[in-house]
Amino acid sequence: MQAKEIVIPTSSISMLRKPDPLSDTLMTISLGPQHPSTHGVLRLELVLDGETVVKAIPDIGYLHTGIEKTMEKERWQQVVTITCRADYLNSMGNDLGYCLAVEKLMGVDVPKRAQDLRVLFTELNRLSSHLVWFGTHAMDIGAMTAFFYAFTERERILDLYECATGARLHQSYFIIGGCRWDIPATFVPLCEEFLRGFPKFLDECKRLVTGNRIFQRRTQGVGVMKRDEAISWGLSGPTIRGSGVNWDVRKAEPYSGYETYDFKVPVYDTCDVWARYMVRMDEMEESWKMCVDALKRVREPGEFIANHPKLKLPERDLMKQHIDVMIHHFLLASEGFTVPIGEVYQSIESARGELGFHVVSDGAERPYRVHMRTPSFVNLSALPAMVEGSLIADVVAVIGSIDIVLGDVDR
Amino acid sequence: MSQNLGSQNLESRTSEQIQSAARYPRYADASLIRAKFTNTIEEIIEASNEITVIAKREGFLDFMTWLRDEPALRFDYLSDVSCVDLGEFASPRFAIAYHLYSFAHNHRLRVKVFLEEEDAILPTMWNLWKSSNWLEREVYDMFGVTFDGHPNLLRILTPADYEGHPLRKDFPIKGY
Repeated sequence: MQAKEIVIPTSSISMLRKPDPLSDTLMTISLGPQHPSTHGVLRLELVLDGETVVKAIPDIGYLHTGIEKTMEKERWQQVVTITCRADYLNSMGNDLGYCLAVEKLMGVDVPKRAQDLRVLFTELNRLSSHLVWFGTHAMDIGAMTAFFYAFTERERILDLYECATGARLHQSYFIIGGCRWDIPATFVPLCEEFLRGFPKFLDECKRLVTGNRIFQRRTQGVGVMKRDEAISWGLSGPTIRGSGVNWDVRKAEPYSGYETYDFKVPVYDTCDVWARYMVRMDEMEESWKMCVDALKRVREPGEFIANHPKLKLPERDLMKQHIDVMIHHFLLASEGFTVPIGEVYQSIESARGELGFHVVSDGAERPYRVHMRTPSFVNLSALPAMVEGSLIADVVAVIGSIDIVLGDVDR
Repeated sequence: MSQNLGSQNLESRTSEQIQSAARYPRYADASLIRAKFTNTIEEIIEASNEITVIAKREGFLDFMTWLRDEPALRFDYLSDVSCVDLGEFASPRFAIAYHLYSFAHNHRLRVKVFLEEEDAILPTMWNLWKSSNWLEREVYDMFGVTFDGHPNLLRILTPADYEGHPLRKDFPIKGY
């Protein structure tokens, strides 16, 4: 070794460096499946040219548990316990979609109070789901604090579920015909207290993240999907409303009494991650308004389940007096009930978009076929079209903005 | 007794109740479709306030293109592609249902095609609606129905080397 070869002025290091052998080749990397920003077990195969994404291939199915197959072996009323496990952040909404579909097939009218209870809990669920999105989306982009705020507030909503239904995540509170039981007396003051504090919390969230210039720079003009393309790709929910399409299933095809509620559908037309963020933030405000309205309505006494022989279990004291009532109860509890032959398609607005249930009955006590059109699945299929040509750091922002739940994608 | 078992049945529903149930979702006017494509359309069924068009495979792609582009219908949104297995001894075996939606008219339509097991192949809707990409892949994965002209017809929910189609009725629930 000669000493004079070692002494090199630092300013000329870059000139002496050998040319990068990878500079003109494409590199394939695998993002996920165990990656904190893929929100579950999503694997993305990214073909990169430097930092630019040339091609993105989503690889899903890691969480596929055959939910639709399992539904075919459960009785009509038992399926409710499975639907909520698909989209575990929006479990009430999933139950609602299935129940509405079967009720339509049976021709059952749900009492008004049960409908209001359903609206109250689905909107609370939308809030809790959006809070998870808010925390994780901001964290993906680098804002750590928002995550803790959002999850603390979500915890309070989970407490509300626990108070009313006994469960925090998979409530199975809605059953065919109405709700499983009435809300306890302690629920109303708890819910009131939560709703009173929520606008202040939402305002804090907005001050924390919305006005943040780093967040704006990371999201504005990223993951653009124009209006026509968004329609063709089948986007739904806040993702399509961020592309300037004014479509909300709650407004377009009202169900469960949504036509009697006063709410606005926020639409932004910049078609980027920022627009989807703003839509969801505005949507939380509207959901809060609906919750307040629904809570006022459910204070009035009323029926919580349809008075239908197949759906409402007989009363205890009558069961002890009459043998035929006892037999009816026994058959309902052990064999379940049958549903007329036919098929329906019922779609609802879940927290992620259009959640459709195609339910086919062959007249037996089990569904012949249930197909779930899950919003995350269809929204995720458009991900390559959104990220190709952008930087690898933007991929993470776009995944957060379409708010996928992998349980909902893979079922 | 009768009070206990409930008083609601279909006959006792008031016309108002039936109307409120019938209002949404709205389905397309079947009379617009009936006159056209007589070679492709087999039957139009109206049940549960929903309209199902049973179509044949001949001229199916043209029929779907017409549904998308006809100004009075304008089905610009493909909501869902779902498949029903009618049983391993049934002929035809598969029913593929396309659920269409129109933003302009706010109405829906279900188009259904029946397929034999030996000849379970349909033209892809990729050129009409891009959302069909993954929806058709899912049907292919779960039922083994192939889509002619699909850009990337691979398994999607199960692993690439998986054998069998899980949602077929002859696929066992246990012991696989």
